[in-house]
Amino acid sequence: MSIFSYLLPKKQSSASVAKERLQIIVARERSGRGGPDYLPQLQEELLQVVRKYVPVDQDAVNVQVDRETGCDILELNITLPEEA
Amino acid sequence: MTKIVVVTSGKGGVGKTTTSAALATGLALRGFKTTVIDFDVGLRNLDLIMGCERRVVYDLVNVINGDANIKQALIKDKRVDNLFILPASQTRDKDALTQEGVETVLDALRDDLQMDYIICDSPAGIEKGALMAAYFADEAVVVTNPEVSSVRDSDRIIGILASKTRHAEQGNGDIPARLLLTRYSPERVEKGEMLSVEDVQEILAIELLGVVPESQAVLNASNAGNPVILDTDSDAGQAYADAVARFLGDELPHRFVTLNKKGLFGRLFGG
Repeated sequence: MSIFSYLLPKKQSSASVAKERLQIIVARERSGRGGPDYLPQLQEELLQVVRKYVPVDQDAVNVQVDRETGCDILELNITLPEEA
Repeated sequence: MTKIVVVTSGKGGVGKTTTSAALATGLALRGFKTTVIDFDVGLRNLDLIMGCERRVVYDLVNVINGDANIKQALIKDKRVDNLFILPASQTRDKDALTQEGVETVLDALRDDLQMDYIICDSPAGIEKGALMAAYFADEAVVVTNPEVSSVRDSDRIIGILASKTRHAEQGNGDIPARLLLTRYSPERVEKGEMLSVEDVQEILAIELLGVVPESQAVLNASNAGNPVILDTDSDAGQAYADAVARFLGDELPHRFVTLNKKGLFGRLFGG
């Protein structure tokens, strides 16, 4: 190992990569949890409709149900690609 | 009061059966009348880990179907008093486990045999066997390895426990779920190659029951058919004994989580 390796920025450890990836995926999977059972299918069908017109990623459609006192809010978030 | 505990994980091969065997044995050693049930219908393995595979006559499904009564099916452990094993069936019939059937078995263990603890060794996955193992539980032990797929699956199982137990369905909220981190290697954590206890706890956000180090004692114990907790000289055996103590409410510091730093002498001569 050369002395320069101490001066160069340290490569990120594989454990911290694992932790970051887990935090993201777990947060995403939790947000879909506890909502109505039709939510995943709704998301899938919406994605199909959007894809008829715009090529979007699997992640582009985000459906979420927020519970507030007295009412549930269905939130739809569709991210379109930049060139569209 | 009988307590029903599910040992679960989502992912396979992380140590559910090893943990079920150790936890049940540890509770029995403390004088609690304990039965450990294998819910992995079709892939029976708890009998091997407990070393009673040649004494299996009747199994869980036989009792559910009324082919045998619970007393006929229970295998009394030869090493530890108060410890009983109820093996899984080797049938390939996926619908062999019914909710009513499982409830009848658990009721008999509680009311007729007056068990203090019933440990339900869940199969991997989130299908019927796993759901049945968890449904009647009062408490859960989530077994996790410090590895991405195991942690993700554990998070999923924690979510299922929050909604798919009788406790939750009756509107009583989540059952307490505690984390048991197994196959832990402080050396690899130190090198940045493995998720640390703190990392896993931060992601899963549940209470820590114990940390079991990666240990040769586990394979040795399963080779011999002895629950590893009986190997009191081993690190894994001691870690499980600590976990049982914490399970019963003792407050103990976590051992085997940090690397024993070599002194100057060790560094010079330890290679």
